[in-house]
Amino acid sequence: MTKVVLPDLSEGITKATVSYWYFKEGEKVAEKDDLVELTTDKATFNLPSPCSGILSEIFFREGDTVNVGEVLAVIEE
Amino acid sequence: MEFKVFDLGLVDFGLAWHLQKEIFTDVKNGKLPSAIIFCQHYPVITLGRQASKNNILASPSELRAKGIQVYEIERGGNVTYHGPGQLTAYPIFNLSYLKKDIHFYLRQLEEIIIALLSGFGVEASRLLGLTGVWVGKQKIASIGIAIKNWITFHGLSINIKKADLVNFRLIRPCGIDIEMTSLETIVQKTIEIDHIKGNLIQKFKDALSARAKVVPFADTFTEGLLGRAYY
Repeated sequence: MTKVVLPDLSEGITKATVSYWYFKEGEKVAEKDDLVELTTDKATFNLPSPCSGILSEIFFREGDTVNVGEVLAVIEE
Repeated sequence: MEFKVFDLGLVDFGLAWHLQKEIFTDVKNGKLPSAIIFCQHYPVITLGRQASKNNILASPSELRAKGIQVYEIERGGNVTYHGPGQLTAYPIFNLSYLKKDIHFYLRQLEEIIIALLSGFGVEASRLLGLTGVWVGKQKIASIGIAIKNWITFHGLSINIKKADLVNFRLIRPCGIDIEMTSLETIVQKTIEIDHIKGNLIQKFKDALSARAKVVPFADTFTEGLLGRAYY
């Protein structure tokens, strides 16, 4: 099981908003696939999948705010 | 860092969007170090990820009559208008060579525009929390970007010609009630967009300690697309 964590995007910025999931729960993802898009200020940022597997659980939906270091989703390898 | 400059001239938004993605792929695969695309667009409205369609004030039939298309795109920000009176720049930069910091990059784009305008005797500034560049309380340049693999795309547009400002009335720019201005409006003289490009390249080079390089555009991309490259 691999946790998908929101990384540091900017100095002094502690959160971002989920704007788009490229996959649904239960779908197969490959390492480096675009997994989720986040928004901060006038920028969108794509987080790639850290590994290949099944996207088993998503904890934050589109529109939700996430803090840096929080787990966005879990991938079962 | 080194970047190449592609100048598309006046092009359809959809074509420039497509080319951004092509160049993005080249940067991602290491075929290009980084790049900036310069262009002007035929009148178009784009909706960023934070946009609500309510911020398009014109009716669909009015937009159709004016030949204005609407695109929903992957950049950050709200609704904006692009037209031939603006200089639009899409930096496709690999931030791994600069600094992996989204807000730092946004602030750098603002600084570059402020430095450019300063060369025309215009005192422009930031407004806290309202990304973009302002002259007093009027907005002169807009910013909206996207980042994948720490490579940027989309970018900035600077209002140069005063005649083109009227179309901003079709939307509520950035989703707020603001007034737009242009470089020509402020300096009260005619400014050629071609004259701005070399200046803007220099400001990018200064800000990023970068070198710019000529691109044999026609050799690299689809036949029939004319591009000019600058040092």
